Amino acid sequence: MLETYLRKRLEKKNILLMTHIVLGYPSFEDCFRIIQAMVAAGVDLMELQIPFSEPIADGSVILHANQKALANGVTIQGCLDFVQKVTHAFDIPFLIMSYYNIFFRYGVRDFVSAMSQRGLQGAIIPDLPPEEGKDYFNAMREHKLAPIFIYSPTTPDQRMKYIASFARGFIYCVARKGVTGKTTSFSGALTKYLARCRKATNLPLALGFGVKEKADIDYLEGKADIAVVGTQTIRIMENEGIASVGDFILNLR
Amino acid sequence: MINRGYYGKFGGAFMPEILTATVDELVKAFEAAKNDPSFWKEYMYIMSTYSCRPTPITFAENLTRHFGGARIYIKREDLNHTGAHKVNNVMGQGLLVKRMGKTRVIAETGAGQHGVATATMAAKYGFKCTIYMGEVDVARQRPNVFWMERLGAEVVPVRKGTRILKDAINEAFRDWVTSMDDTHYVLGTACGPHPFPEMVSYFQSIIGKEARRQILEQKGKLPVRVYACVGGGSNAMGIFSGFFNDPVELVGVEAGGKGLDSGRHAARLASKKGSVGVAQGYKTYFLQDSDGQMKETYSVAAGLDYVGVSPILASLREEGRIRFEATTDREVLDAFSLTIEKEGLVPALESAHAFAQAFKEISDLSKDDIVLINQSGRGDKDIFTIADAFADQNWRKFIKKKAEEYRA
Ligand SMILES: Cc1ncc(COP(=O)(O)O)c(C=O)c1O
Repeated sequence: MLETYLRKRLEKKNILLMTHIVLGYPSFEDCFRIIQAMVAAGVDLMELQIPFSEPIADGSVILHANQKALANGVTIQGCLDFVQKVTHAFDIPFLIMSYYNIFFRYGVRDFVSAMSQRGLQGAIIPDLPPEEGKDYFNAMREHKLAPIFIYSPTTPDQRMKYIASFARGFIYCVARKGVTGKTTSFSGALTKYLARCRKATNLPLALGFGVKEKADIDYLEGKADIAVVGTQTIRIMENEGIASVGDFILNLR
Repeated sequence: MINRGYYGKFGGAFMPEILTATVDELVKAFEAAKNDPSFWKEYMYIMSTYSCRPTPITFAENLTRHFGGARIYIKREDLNHTGAHKVNNVMGQGLLVKRMGKTRVIAETGAGQHGVATATMAAKYGFKCTIYMGEVDVARQRPNVFWMERLGAEVVPVRKGTRILKDAINEAFRDWVTSMDDTHYVLGTACGPHPFPEMVSYFQSIIGKEARRQILEQKGKLPVRVYACVGGGSNAMGIFSGFFNDPVELVGVEAGGKGLDSGRHAARLASKKGSVGVAQGYKTYFLQDSDGQMKETYSVAAGLDYVGVSPILASLREEGRIRFEATTDREVLDAFSLTIEKEGLVPALESAHAFAQAFKEISDLSKDDIVLINQSGRGDKDIFTIADAFADQNWRKFIKKKAEEYRA
């Protein structure tokens, strides 16, 4: 179970690190090397994004990665085959991140079953609020996978509790308004927001959107359980090459 | 959120959590306005003094004689201020923006008509305004870009994805998730997450209310068929809703582009190529591949060149209440020519789809029958496309001369 794993990890570390890649970008071979480097650098868990043509919650860097991957001919089947290799090769939890249509078109139950068969541990769907997610979390429960739900600074306390009642594994707290890849101010408002999240649920809290350097992660220690680094690793890879990704991660903690 | 806006199995609200509170606020403002008689009064006052409501219905005598079938009546949404039905929705949402105390509006646009209407509303009410428009549409609807900029709006060309309407919608959402504190997203068609399909249809229902009353007053009977083009579905919802409870056949006309077998069209409901999916905040029929990736659509009419369709229309099609057809670019240009030649009316290329389908079927009907066509907008914006389609030599000479002047 994902939550148990996270709690164990948290006995040894003050804050865990979750990273994110877009499957098939720049290529599956490169993805494999990046995952290898990330795991070696001590990443605790990873989200693997299946590219979608309309990634509405993503900013320009991840959007571009989605489009490039699709233009290169990445398919769902290709992603699932790749994921199978990854979960065999590496001993950390992997989650799928994608938009709801990917699940819906495949058939929600079939997709969840396919995730389970390939050793995935959960999923994050940014455009699926719990109100629309009945088929999804029933299937996830059946396969003992974690449906990760999202909090945002605009989510009222009452709704946070409501969302938590569907969530397993951890809660993904979006740091601010806006899409991925923009700057986040790590300051008092964020602390207050995380305190509000903490009150609403006993699940571990992940904080993502705009986390890009050691100072950000230091700031989050004691306030969140998991720091999520997304866009920044794609930027590093694009600007400095895949070989730099490992060092970047090592220097975060 | 209590009512998530389902129509049969279509609709819903599939949005990032960050927008939930904003959309809840919008639902509240819209419900309050609907229950406040002074709101509709204010809306009607604006529409009759600032735009041109009620727009007339016109008897197309020459076209009727030409086809020798049913009598053709045309609902003249082209006579609205800004030249299309889009303003019906925009002014309504503008009043809501005032009530919510927001100071900036954003919108997507395809044909540019919704963008122009939004920029106009923003100028009148003193809002800041940003319009997202696919790069392909910026090029083919350039006159509307010019007017949006004159009206003080910032026009942002969208270079991502397929660079048309759906991509402009994505960019507008990306703006909105950042700016919602002071910004309202004026969605231009009966699509997107709840409450947009319902709200846009509510404001557009003024078309059908008027048309039904007008035809009964003038002819003492209902039309046998009503035709409307279908992009996202707002003008169709507007005119059809006036006749939902009548024995009237409703015909929605989608963009057949280069033909349904060519793969280059936007026929989500009229072709067998559409399938149910979830994107842009709602569930409906989309043109997508088996993985759920949205396909590139195509039409000569930017306003119909869209990958999804109103969830309300999708549901009405499943119930068998509305028939959907598609007409090709070629048929549309022919219908456009015939209409301008016989009646002196200049339909937008979007609207000309409704005309083209009606023309195909009209001879089968009796001379005593009436058909009603919604002319959703006027064709001025299409001047470059139409000039090219008809290889207008004089226009070409003029443009060349103008270009030389600018170069000098
Ligand atoms: C004149 C005109 N008619 C129709 C449409 C299609 O939109 P809808 O289907 O929402 O009426 C547009 C869209 O831009 C338009 O400008």
